[in-house]
Amino acid sequence: MNQELTEEEKDTLKHVAIKLETFEKHRGNLIPILQMVQNNLSYLPSEALKIVAQHLGILESEVYGVATFYNQFRFHPPGKYPIKVCLGTACHVRAGDIILENFERKLEIPEGQTTPDRKFSIERVACVGCCALAPVAIIDETVHGHMAPSKVEGLILRIKLQEEMEERENKQHEPGQS
Amino acid sequence: MMLKLLVDNQEIETREGKTLLQACLDNQIYIPNLCYLENVERPSASCRMCFVEIEGIKQPVPSCTVQVRDEMVVKTDTPGVRQLQRTALRLLLSVHDVDCKNCHANKNCELQNIAKFLKVGLKPKRLERYLKETQIDETHPFLNHYPNRCVLCGKCVHICRGKHGQSVLTFAKRGFDTVISTYSVTDVSSLACSDCGSCVKACPVGALALKESS
Repeated sequence: MNQELTEEEKDTLKHVAIKLETFEKHRGNLIPILQMVQNNLSYLPSEALKIVAQHLGILESEVYGVATFYNQFRFHPPGKYPIKVCLGTACHVRAGDIILENFERKLEIPEGQTTPDRKFSIERVACVGCCALAPVAIIDETVHGHMAPSKVEGLILRIKLQEEMEERENKQHEPGQS
Repeated sequence: MMLKLLVDNQEIETREGKTLLQACLDNQIYIPNLCYLENVERPSASCRMCFVEIEGIKQPVPSCTVQVRDEMVVKTDTPGVRQLQRTALRLLLSVHDVDCKNCHANKNCELQNIAKFLKVGLKPKRLERYLKETQIDETHPFLNHYPNRCVLCGKCVHICRGKHGQSVLTFAKRGFDTVISTYSVTDVSSLACSDCGSCVKACPVGALALKESS
């Protein structure tokens, strides 16, 4: 869970540290505080857990213990293209776990983590509400039904190509604008 | 005030305010237990081992959560109780690597004792084995933790908190992934882990060990 913070996140973290002062130093406030931190940073980096522990006067290990218990807290920054693989009942029956495994292998990260370039993150979810299309994966708000292991590589490749094209277009426009 | 209870047709005397489990143990009546600590206000009752049947209560109850009452009639070895205990033990063993030969707690292990007492083989066949990937967690400067030996009784967490006000050890994650973790080693120095070792002593199995170099 130790990816470097970006400059922007370091600024947000300072902002979070100031906001922390509005919370009473009471251990019952731990979860609301963690929620506030995640709302601002969109995940809980270890640097943030440290200042939360300091504020409440408890050990970091305790903060970590509480935070890891709840599904709502994440410890890795969300990728630019978050991938959600459904493992609800219908998707489970139609081997959603194999789809998840394929994404994990293709992107070389385990579920719950983010690629080092922060482009992709993989997450498992429980039912996205379109069981008739099982197994389902959601990439950046787009639902992909009837997933198959063979489709995984194509989907990721398409996103990467799209990214490259956008970059190229931006470069073409830039000289004209400046 | 002294109270009289009847446990397995044997009359025992004990003081008011004790838990039923403690009263039985004090009187040499053994009830299997893993997570029980004396003088803890609200026992976690998490190991599901110390079940007994009490007259007037339909279902077996964990004896660590029951305060003794006068004239209580208790049975510790009914088929219902034994079935619950054996199932709980088999479930614990299904997430345990049972590598006794290489474990420092071999022959001094509560799991082994209970398995012998309940006549359960250490390698139960009916349940699927589910082990954690990490064999040894060596992140703590003075302690090693073996997640696949841990029964998650929580004694170490409790003892540490009792002794230092805060616990370096904590439960992390959830469900099958639950582990005892120290997470951060930065403030360990201020807690004198180097010459405490209470958590290692409290561990009923061999899940915690002092590092040899320290």
